[in-house]
Amino acid sequence: MTVALVLAAALAVACVALVALPFLREPSPDADVAAEPDERELRRLELAETRDRALAALKELEADHRAGRISDGDYRALVGPLRREAAEALRELDRWEERPTES
Amino acid sequence: MPELGRAALLATLGLAAYALVAGAVAAITHRRRLAESARNALIASFGSTLVAAVVLAAAFLRDDFSFTYVADHSSRALPGGYKLSAFWGGQAGSLLLWLLVLTAYSALAVWLNRRRTADLVLWVTPVLGGAVVAFSWLLVAVSSPFVTQAAPPDGAGLNPSLQNPYMVSHPPFLYLGYVGLAVPWAFAMGALLAGRSDERWIVATRRWTLFAWTALGIGQLLGAHWAYVEVGWGGYYAWDPVENAALMPWLAATAFLHSVMIQEKRGMLRIWNVVLVSGAFCLSLFGTFLTRSGVVTSIHSFALSSIGPWFLSIIIVAVAVSTAIIVWRLPLLRSKTKLESLVSREATFLYNNLLLVALCLTILWGVAWPMVSEAVRGESVVVGRPYYDFFLRIFGLPLLLLMGIGPLVAWRRASLRGLARTFAWPAAASLAAGVTLVALGAGSSIPGLVAYTFSTFVAATIVLEFARGTAARRALSGEPWGRALGSLVARNRRRYGGYVVHFSIVLLAIGVAGSSAYDTSAEGRLARGESLRVGDYALTYDRLEERDASNATEVRATLAVRRGGDDLGAVEAGKNAYSAEQQVSNEVGIRTDLLRGEDLFVIAEQVNADGSVYFRVFVKPLVNLIWLAGLVFLAGAVIAMWPDAREQRRLAMRYAEAGARAGATPAR
Repeated sequence: MTVALVLAAALAVACVALVALPFLREPSPDADVAAEPDERELRRLELAETRDRALAALKELEADHRAGRISDGDYRALVGPLRREAAEALRELDRWEERPTES
Repeated sequence: MPELGRAALLATLGLAAYALVAGAVAAITHRRRLAESARNALIASFGSTLVAAVVLAAAFLRDDFSFTYVADHSSRALPGGYKLSAFWGGQAGSLLLWLLVLTAYSALAVWLNRRRTADLVLWVTPVLGGAVVAFSWLLVAVSSPFVTQAAPPDGAGLNPSLQNPYMVSHPPFLYLGYVGLAVPWAFAMGALLAGRSDERWIVATRRWTLFAWTALGIGQLLGAHWAYVEVGWGGYYAWDPVENAALMPWLAATAFLHSVMIQEKRGMLRIWNVVLVSGAFCLSLFGTFLTRSGVVTSIHSFALSSIGPWFLSIIIVAVAVSTAIIVWRLPLLRSKTKLESLVSREATFLYNNLLLVALCLTILWGVAWPMVSEAVRGESVVVGRPYYDFFLRIFGLPLLLLMGIGPLVAWRRASLRGLARTFAWPAAASLAAGVTLVALGAGSSIPGLVAYTFSTFVAATIVLEFARGTAARRALSGEPWGRALGSLVARNRRRYGGYVVHFSIVLLAIGVAGSSAYDTSAEGRLARGESLRVGDYALTYDRLEERDASNATEVRATLAVRRGGDDLGAVEAGKNAYSAEQQVSNEVGIRTDLLRGEDLFVIAEQVNADGSVYFRVFVKPLVNLIWLAGLVFLAGAVIAMWPDAREQRRLAMRYAEAGARAGATPAR
């Protein structure tokens, strides 16, 4: 019983210490704001995702065509729009990069 | 030590409540230290739950019957391994295992993602904290494994049917699957709460989902094999509500794994994906409710208890909260791209999703209807095997076919001419297989014949895919065939791992069709020296023996087996009488022919005083392909899950480009 209580008390102390650790480590920090992306970063991420998706689709189409999964006719019909989409995504990302930072 | 166990569970509840409340406050007010503190509380909750689990495991190993739970589920004579598996042999212990896995997953998920998706983890912490609160509350207030009593001299023992090696591994695997679905759900909810429409939650949870899905699949196969060798009725899946309870979240997760690819490739189906991931998690809660509440009569429901209403409340809260968050964030989830053609890979994935969800919902209805009927009308209704078999054929066979079609159709749109060219060889192979099977007499079961024909089609498409891919790789790199195949798989792990998994489903379909549509059986009462014929086997009852094992008395009837004049040796079947448990179990005899993939399955139904035995005997063609499918499934899943360094680099570059806080180290 006594051993159990001592162990339970030790467990409670360890848990409280771990929970309090961020406050013990930095009692009065310069900034206490959680890191979160701003609108600009989120938009850039969205554009990067669109670009990567378009480039991956193009790459997969090439691989499928090379492996014979996709016929020449289907390849010709699909490759044009995909290239345009990838180019548009790259342009959009570049345009966004060139915009002045809003502050 | 029960006091330590109780204190540890109380600590888990307190820590999780703190993670929920402080985590939510930190996420709303953007307070960094409070968020870290909440995250630490969630991590610490794993430590305290581990302490509780160790206390209970030690009580089992020490035969400490002052723990009521230990006395109810173990005995001194119980072999060591089963003493450990008795941990989850009852309600409170299995809930503790659930909580242990949940806290372990939660701690690992928030720790591993604390940098890359710091803004999501901010919200994931209170979501997972809420789930931990629910389960720790059940263990603290409703069903504690640490209730004590004056220790009796011996325990009541473990249900004999649970005294099987498969029961040591089946429940932990199931729980790894059930609980693992909490992580993608929490990240989906976290992303919505944080107002994020990007795909980081999918990237962060891709392997978690695959792991949980794999564990759930393997857990079900282990359970099926347990039922096959232990329950002694001649089958491996009975559409038992609790078996269905594990199948439903697996089907929903399978649908999610496919539809999430469409979101990654085309940016579509965002709403559908968060609905599916929430549905899979809520179905896993429902599965645990069915298993542990005693609401249905089943071999798995060990005790009726007061936990049902609490569990139902947890499920209702989970469904309500998920629905509210999804509805609130609907504008964020609208896709910018649309389906371009009904003949495209995304369209076939969508058909696959609809079939999987339809199958899942019909099973849900079959499970829920008897409960609803009893609760509302006071009438007991049984939804039996014909209902499930019917819908399995209606939805399962087209699903099997789509498994071969989907991966070979181009994204966006495909021409019918191109499709005809792609599928010419697989279609010819399946047609040839169908004609051959009819000639061999397999036409006696139309669903069986269709399953075999479709399986051939899918297998042919998979072989063709590997062959074409390897040839293309070889042409590009000049590598020899073996190395070209290796680098093809290594460079496209998800794709080719997926094909291996598909091949395991083909094996499963062939095994299920063979063993259920083409099995033969015979039964009869035999005196010593008498014979029974089944299929091309002849069995002669030779002798009856009684022997003592450590915790049971075993009675075994021995039958000599011959086929076509060949002596195939002997097979034993009988019964075990467990002394502590005061129960008798069927111990079936199985003779496996690995070359044919078939089993001779013998049940000694009744052992009579005059030494005669009533036997039931089955020949199960191709049943061993089901177990082989499990190994292939695992291999495919491991290939798909294996980390891809190039993909990691690509993602790291994307996040670095987008800005430190959208995916890299959080600012201090």
